[in-house]
Amino acid sequence: MIFSQFTLSLITGIFIGGIAGYLGSLMIVKRMALVGGPLGHLALPGVALALLYHYNIFLGALLSIVIGAIVIWLLQIKSKLSLEALTGVVFAAGVALGFLILPLSQAEEALIGDITKINLTDTLLAIFLGLIVFVIINRIYQKMILSGISEDLAKTEGIDVKKYNLIYLICITLIVALEVKIVGTLLTVALLVIPASASNNFSRSLCLYSWGALLIGVVSTILGIFAFRFTGLPAGPLIILSAALIFLVSLFFKK
Amino acid sequence: MGEGNFHLKIINLLSHWLDSLSKMEEDFILKVKNLRVILDGEKILNDLSFEIKRKEFFIILGPNGAGKTTLFKALLGLIPYQGEIIWAKENMKFGYLPERLSRSEFKKIPLSVRDFYKFKESSEEKILKTLKAVGLEGEEILKKNPGDLSSGQFQRMLIGWALLGDPEVLFFDEPTTGIDIGGEKTIYSLLHKFWQERGLTILMITHEINIVYAYATNVLCLYKKGICMGPPRKILTPQLLEKLYGNEVKFYIHKH
Repeated sequence: MIFSQFTLSLITGIFIGGIAGYLGSLMIVKRMALVGGPLGHLALPGVALALLYHYNIFLGALLSIVIGAIVIWLLQIKSKLSLEALTGVVFAAGVALGFLILPLSQAEEALIGDITKINLTDTLLAIFLGLIVFVIINRIYQKMILSGISEDLAKTEGIDVKKYNLIYLICITLIVALEVKIVGTLLTVALLVIPASASNNFSRSLCLYSWGALLIGVVSTILGIFAFRFTGLPAGPLIILSAALIFLVSLFFKK
Repeated sequence: MGEGNFHLKIINLLSHWLDSLSKMEEDFILKVKNLRVILDGEKILNDLSFEIKRKEFFIILGPNGAGKTTLFKALLGLIPYQGEIIWAKENMKFGYLPERLSRSEFKKIPLSVRDFYKFKESSEEKILKTLKAVGLEGEEILKKNPGDLSSGQFQRMLIGWALLGDPEVLFFDEPTTGIDIGGEKTIYSLLHKFWQERGLTILMITHEINIVYAYATNVLCLYKKGICMGPPRKILTPQLLEKLYGNEVKFYIHKH
């Protein structure tokens, strides 16, 4: 093998962490932070099946999130309940189902990730999808921010708010599914929200903010993965804790 | 013989049609026919018809709940409606200042005035020119978060934003909300200045009767039981004002 397993996991982590941070910077503006949590949890049944039958975890996660999202969407048409309530119902059912499928001995990998299982396919997938998502988000970034400030203003400027929200949601789904391998289904939302929140404290302009979130995502993953190397503790929680630490530091820079 | 007549008729008809088309081009920028808006099962606007000419300073008056903001949103294509809204050309460029856009909404985002203006205009020179036109000068303003401006500066900043990209029609929904009386006057005279200088069509919602008298070329009054339209001095009779604002008082009492 050309790359050691450690190098592969580091490269994968850098790409996923960076893009998650970048995506997340739009999430806290659009107040969609709560979507990311349930999405990660929705991945659990699929991840469980993938672990059990030795399929690619990313595919399992993606498939089960998409099915979950369709169920939520159908329920929303059928009932008059709020999106939050429906998401709550579906994601709880998803988690319960996941635990029924999954032998408890394998639960750790599904819940908090396992970077030692990352192979070349995972790395290439992370680089490829990461770059695509980055380019897409980069192109719709300003439009999303404007529609976050005022949908009416955005529409007056000819922005198709619904279309961009859908594109954004698809990007989040892809990245959350990728994240599962690194931080597990429980912690996906953290990698979206924490770097962006920290960057928000550091920045005064949009450009600094978005790049800052990306950078903090990258730095947290690097710190977490190196901490894993030296301590042997699980990398997923270490990555999230590194991000949380950077967030704590950022509080002192608050404008 | 009959054929010649027929041709003549066709030509007549065609030229008549072309005439009326070009007249529309010249005179009318907007025609609204039988506009009806229903939101959440409630009829907000019913069978509303009116026309606006190019370069008018068109003011919409009416008590709360009469559907003024809803009318704006329908004209801008932001909400579904029945009936016809015909602009003199497709893809008319609009500038819009919504009612009560809150400063706190901006404060949550690390966004500078420059960033906000860049959404619409990439040229730094034009941005500076626009800011100057609305009375906000200096590099300092560009770096500030819109949420950190004073309420007067904030409103000017939004007016400038609406003016970016050379719109043909401007929509202002109560542009002086939250501004003290002195500030109100300067905002209105600013808008009036732009209207005079740039040959724009302005549609504005306001409660300021003085402003209506001073600036409006035409007024549309919306109230629960009907509408009226015309130049301010002609239609703003004491009876009408009582109807409008008497209604508002009643509306208030009902609510409490």
